[in-house]
Amino acid sequence: MGLDFSVVPSYFGVLLQGMGWTIAITIGAGLLSFFGGIIFAVAALYGHWVIRLPMRLFAWLFMGTPLLLQLFLIYFGLIQVGIDLPAFVAGVIGLGLHFAVYNSELIQASILAVDKGQYEGARTLGLSRGQTVRRIIIPQAVRAVIPPMGNNMIALLKDSALVSVIGVMELTLAAQQAISRTYRPFEFYLAAAFCYYFINLALEAGLRRVERRIAASR
Amino acid sequence: MDFDLILRVYPFFLEAAVVTIQLSILTTILGLTCGALGAAARMSRSVILRTIGATYVSLFRGTPALIQLFILYFGGPQIGIQLDAFDAGVIGLGVNIGAYMTETMRGAIQSVDKGQAEAARTLGMSRWETMRKVVLPQAMRMMIRPLGVNINALIKGTALVAAISVIELTYTAQRYIGSTYKPFEMFLLSGALYMIIIYVVGQGIAWLDRKARIV
Repeated sequence: MGLDFSVVPSYFGVLLQGMGWTIAITIGAGLLSFFGGIIFAVAALYGHWVIRLPMRLFAWLFMGTPLLLQLFLIYFGLIQVGIDLPAFVAGVIGLGLHFAVYNSELIQASILAVDKGQYEGARTLGLSRGQTVRRIIIPQAVRAVIPPMGNNMIALLKDSALVSVIGVMELTLAAQQAISRTYRPFEFYLAAAFCYYFINLALEAGLRRVERRIAASR
Repeated sequence: MDFDLILRVYPFFLEAAVVTIQLSILTTILGLTCGALGAAARMSRSVILRTIGATYVSLFRGTPALIQLFILYFGGPQIGIQLDAFDAGVIGLGVNIGAYMTETMRGAIQSVDKGQAEAARTLGMSRWETMRKVVLPQAMRMMIRPLGVNINALIKGTALVAAISVIELTYTAQRYIGSTYKPFEMFLLSGALYMIIIYVVGQGIAWLDRKARIV
């Protein structure tokens, strides 16, 4: 059975739709991982130990086990406790939490690297502890780790292919659907790879623009 | 938490962990080989080799590992490459992580002070001698930790081969979640085994890193 790419164009719409879902998942999980990362970092550094300890355990578990395993846990675990989420939502939550843990590690290191004088200065000017963290420390700390968090976003885009395994309809599953009708895995997976590559290039270009703007505003 | 169940099924998970370890070791070997070749190509004087190296890195880092694995395993037979799932897993994951290791190795080599190479060349060493006797010994020390990060990612990445039905830890967990409806127990059991593997490897890498330090 040789290669025959002539069947690919007739499934163009299916792949395009899959691409749309992949982008939606990446944006949804990306936002969750960004804000989740900030919340986790603040809780891990400033929280009461009742919050801090389970957070550490959670981060430790999520960084030490494969994403695919976590997706199975979240998808089937939520069903077991009676929360039957659509696969799409479970996928976004799983991916978002996974990368939130990684972002949180970056942000924590960055918070600790913010000059102590900033904190002291803000407190001297009469800002409360919470205000200082929220308005002075976090903006500086987060801005400093935008480039490495951008790398995490790119990793997230590629790992979004994993949610196809729990049945989320995105690019990889779209390719699989086309394959189940045409029996042409090589052609369609290659087409999907091309689509991912394209989204990846666009995302990288976008991140470079963001980085330039941040550098300019410093 | 159903401990009886955990006690009943854990031998199957241990067996699966052995497969995960085998996958990890073979993938690491292939990945390091691809990484060394890739780094050599990317820093070669030949434009063709440099282009090949850059294309390899860009394509394999720019697309999901899962898709690469699917192209090899499901698409391979169409172009005459028929592999069983385990072999496809090792080759797919190894070539994939090799692209990341290429950049790790290149970064470490390029971070060696330029003056070192210049001085060696001035002393009459050839380009190859300079690389082998002066630059590489210094670069090797610097690449242990970042390669350790790659290997850590690779061990977790072996879970992907569950999608092509290699019976390793994640596949086993998935199967038992399906048959027992106990996702938390199965997650903890397989998660603990992954973390033991990663911990041991991490300790090994830290030990190597300490040994390689000059001061």
